[in-house]
Amino acid sequence: MREITVVEALNEALREEMRRDENVVLLGEDIGKYWQGAFKVTKGLEEEFGSDRVRDTPISENAIVGCAVGAAMTGLRPVAEIMFGDLVALAMDQICNQAAKLRYMSGGQVRVPMVLRTPFGAGGSYASHHSQSLEAWFIHVPGLKVVQPSNAYDAKGLLKASIRDDNPVVFCEHKFVYGLKGTVPEEDYVVPLGEARVAREGEDITIVATSLMVERALRAAAALEEDGISCEIVDPRTLRPLDEETLCASAKKTGKVLIIHEACDTGGISGEITKTLVRRVFYYLDAIEILAGKDAPIPFAPVMEKWVAPDEERIKKAVKEIVV
Amino acid sequence: MEDIEMYKKMLEIRMFEEKVYDLFAQNLIPGTMHLYMGQEAVAVGVCAALTPNDFITSTHRGHGHCIAKGASLKKMMAEIFGKKTGYCKGKGGSMHITDKNIGMLGANAVVGGAIPIAVGAGLSCKLKYPERVTACFFGDGASNQGTFHEGINMASVWDLPVIFVCENNLYAMGTRQSLVMNIQDISQRAAGYKIPGVTVDGNDVMAVHEEAQRAVARARNGEGPTLLECKTYRHKGHSRFDPAKYRPPEEVAEWMARDPIESFRDKLLDKGIPEEFLHKIESTVEAEIDEAVKFAEESPLPEPEDALKDVWVIE
Repeated sequence: MREITVVEALNEALREEMRRDENVVLLGEDIGKYWQGAFKVTKGLEEEFGSDRVRDTPISENAIVGCAVGAAMTGLRPVAEIMFGDLVALAMDQICNQAAKLRYMSGGQVRVPMVLRTPFGAGGSYASHHSQSLEAWFIHVPGLKVVQPSNAYDAKGLLKASIRDDNPVVFCEHKFVYGLKGTVPEEDYVVPLGEARVAREGEDITIVATSLMVERALRAAAALEEDGISCEIVDPRTLRPLDEETLCASAKKTGKVLIIHEACDTGGISGEITKTLVRRVFYYLDAIEILAGKDAPIPFAPVMEKWVAPDEERIKKAVKEIVV
Repeated sequence: MEDIEMYKKMLEIRMFEEKVYDLFAQNLIPGTMHLYMGQEAVAVGVCAALTPNDFITSTHRGHGHCIAKGASLKKMMAEIFGKKTGYCKGKGGSMHITDKNIGMLGANAVVGGAIPIAVGAGLSCKLKYPERVTACFFGDGASNQGTFHEGINMASVWDLPVIFVCENNLYAMGTRQSLVMNIQDISQRAAGYKIPGVTVDGNDVMAVHEEAQRAVARARNGEGPTLLECKTYRHKGHSRFDPAKYRPPEEVAEWMARDPIESFRDKLLDKGIPEEFLHKIESTVEAEIDEAVKFAEESPLPEPEDALKDVWVIE
């Protein structure tokens, strides 16, 4: 099967969904033919679908998301791009008070089928206005689905599923997942929201990893295998709804869990996963540990930036501390 | 809409709110509410220029917009009572009444929150329903929000069929307009976005209607948005518990003397409409309001567990 990058996979997902459904429109800053998206996810789409459906917006994040909300309520299926994840802070009212709640507050009368795509994550020395991982903010708001792909196959299938979903979806793309290559079929498929993936099967420990951390965990697991430690890796893929069954089944099987994310330690998705495991499989657990980003804004200098996020070495060390 | 119908709609708003005001005092209605009384000419004058398919967005002070767009008084009253039969099944209350079937996209309790939503509805009009327009109601306070500037700019640059209706009742909660902006006419802000900005007497329903028709025609012709500022005045405080002591008595008296319903009634009488006919309308509306209250009172409460329904679209 052919291999493509996550960016190419996302681009294909958008293109195919726009061909499939003329109600799919794109909104965002510099997503059109002149710039093609800050990370080129929307490359070539204005050329194919025209400027009515691929709309370069003013730098007005709150209006971009609000416009998507209003368009979604009235029959379109907008995909809005916020150029950097940190900038969702500018649009929080429209995401959390409007997109998430309007169906509920209208007694189920309206639907808000929109996707908010945004690149998160550290690694480029962009400093703390362009590097944070904020996915956990959104799981706290009932009414929002939250998706975080780690590879090309999932990125394409999850984005297609998100566009077809009738709920608002926050779709978190890691900037350093964008370049990862993976096998992606030519034919149409979706990855259903709310289904985790066992990225690697193992016996001794369950590593729950999200986004870029899946890749790092896979590399750590390959190295640990040489030391005789067999790691199972579960990628939740969707943070809300969370696939509790797959997480609990793996935790029951190995009895030891390490949860890894790049987002900072306090208030991250790891707390939520821990809650789920403690509620449901507490008596099967020998150990549960969290390896998250340090509790700091993302710093600029590469030496500091690299240090705040979990890396392969730290993952290996954490696993050994639990298993050995 | 004929002027008699406009008169009836204005009366519906006024009498609905007078009733709600009384019921609230009797502790029959939970929460708070923001009465539209005194501003009826704006909602009615604008909505009379719209078709049932056109969209509107509204505010925390939204009863008037709902009624003017054609919402059911029964379902509104039931919602305000927190009943299962209300528009939002008791989940929204006074500040969130929505009726998708008449294009009423919802009252919205974040000041300025619905402005970009109206822009999005305008985008749907442009791409999907070229015969439709969207009217976006908001207050003077909202015109200081970023959403106002972002939304109008976006609608302007995309030529979207949106009528931005600023109901300038001179106070953002208790804060006088002059304390928070250095202009008197908010319509001046339209110039910054190269769209027409018009200020009209918001207590004169026919004047509002005429300007609204002009703005709607522009929008339907693909000529883009208009900012229509309607100067008006709240008869009551910001919310139910606000006695509005911050307003000078002479200012209140001046505006109360220019009640939009009484002055329109006088005009209708001058036109030769028989007073008995107006009386008949008044008693019809009274009966409709009584029916709405009866419906709300007799309706069942939601089950507590209904709180978990409608969070998600579940297919």
